[in-house]
Amino acid sequence: MQPDWPAEIHRELAAAGVTVVGYVPDAGHKRLIELCQADRNLRAVLLTTEEEGIGLVAGAWLGGEKSVLLMQSSGVGNLVNVLGMIKVCRFPLVMIVTMRGEQGEFNPWQVPMGENTARVLETMSVAVRQAGDPQTVAGHVHTAIGLAYETQGAQAVLIAQRVIGIKTFQEQRNQ
Amino acid sequence: MTLRRREVVSELLKNRGELLVIAGLGSTAWDITAAGDTDLNFPMWGAMGQAAMVGLGLALAQPKRRVLVVTGDGEMLMGLGALATIGVQQPENLSVVVIDNERYGETGMQRTHTADGVDLAAVALACKFKHAITATGDVAAVRELVYKTAGPNFAAVKVADDKLPLVLPPHEGVLLKARFRRALLGDSADVLPEER
Repeated sequence: MQPDWPAEIHRELAAAGVTVVGYVPDAGHKRLIELCQADRNLRAVLLTTEEEGIGLVAGAWLGGEKSVLLMQSSGVGNLVNVLGMIKVCRFPLVMIVTMRGEQGEFNPWQVPMGENTARVLETMSVAVRQAGDPQTVAGHVHTAIGLAYETQGAQAVLIAQRVIGIKTFQEQRNQ
Repeated sequence: MTLRRREVVSELLKNRGELLVIAGLGSTAWDITAAGDTDLNFPMWGAMGQAAMVGLGLALAQPKRRVLVVTGDGEMLMGLGALATIGVQQPENLSVVVIDNERYGETGMQRTHTADGVDLAAVALACKFKHAITATGDVAAVRELVYKTAGPNFAAVKVADDKLPLVLPPHEGVLLKARFRRALLGDSADVLPEER
C-alpha cells in the first residue's frame, strides 16, 4: 500500500512546531495545502509568487516562528536572487518542491526549469534532498526541517513527479 | 512644503517604543539608520521587493507587537504582489510606509512608475488594506496609522528627490538577524521554539 505522503508531511510540520506555511498552489501539493489550511495551529499564507515566500520565512524567523514553503519546481526559478538573503543572514529555510518536467511530463514548457531545479538551488547554497518514492518523502522532510533549524541552513526536498503521479493535463484538472 | 525623507523617517521613529522596523534596501535603510541604529531595526541590503513580505512574516509571528515596513517606491514596485498577499492575511499590527521620491535613488535617480502617476496607495486600498493614504505635507496622519490604527495600513509619503549622505547600518546579515532576535525574544532567541 502506498503511504499517504501529504498526511505524513503534515504530521512532520506539526511535530516540528512549524506555525507558518507559505505556498503557491500546485496540483502535487493540493492535499497537503488543504491539510495545512484546515489546521488551526498553522497559518497558511497564499503567495502571489514564490519569491514572497522568502521574505515571509525571514520575517517569521525574526519573530521567532518556524515556517515551511510549498511550491512547484517552476517556482524555484522565481526566487533565485532573494535566496541571497537566506545565505548571508543564515535564515533557516525549508522548501518542499513538487517536481515537473520529469517522468510523465506532458507540457514541454515545464521541462527547462524542471531539469535544472536541483542545480539552481545548489548554486544558491540550498541543500537538495531528492524524494524519489512515496516512502522516503516524510523522512526527507523530517531531516530538512531538523537541519534547517538546528544548523541555520537552507534545505529543499524535491518530490519526484512519479510520486505525484500526474501524467496528463486532464488528470491535473480532475484532481 | 516639500517633505524631506530623513525628517519624515525621524519623525515616524521618534518615541517608537516597542515598534519593530524593517527597511527596504537602499535609501530607506540609510534613513532608518540616520534616525538611530538599534537592534529592533532590520535594514535590508538586498532581496529587493521583499521588505513588505518580511514585515508580514514578522507581523504574523509577533501579533502583539506593531510592525513597520519603511521602503522605497522602487522597492515596493518590484513586489506589488505582496500588497495583495498582505491584504488577504489582514495583519492588524502591520503598516507599510513607502518613502516615495519617484526615483531609483541608488542607481542614478532614474524615474520610477510613481513619477508617471502610478498610485501606490490606490493599489494598497484595492488590495484590501484597511487604510491607505498618500501624505504630501504632514506625517501626523502617518504616525497615527503606524502607532494607533488597526491595520493593515499603507502610506505613500511623497518626498523630495534629495541625494543625501549615506548613513550605513551594519551590513553583516547574521549580525542583523541575531541582534534583532535577541532584542525581541531575549534569551529564547538562542534556543528553538519547542525548547523554550
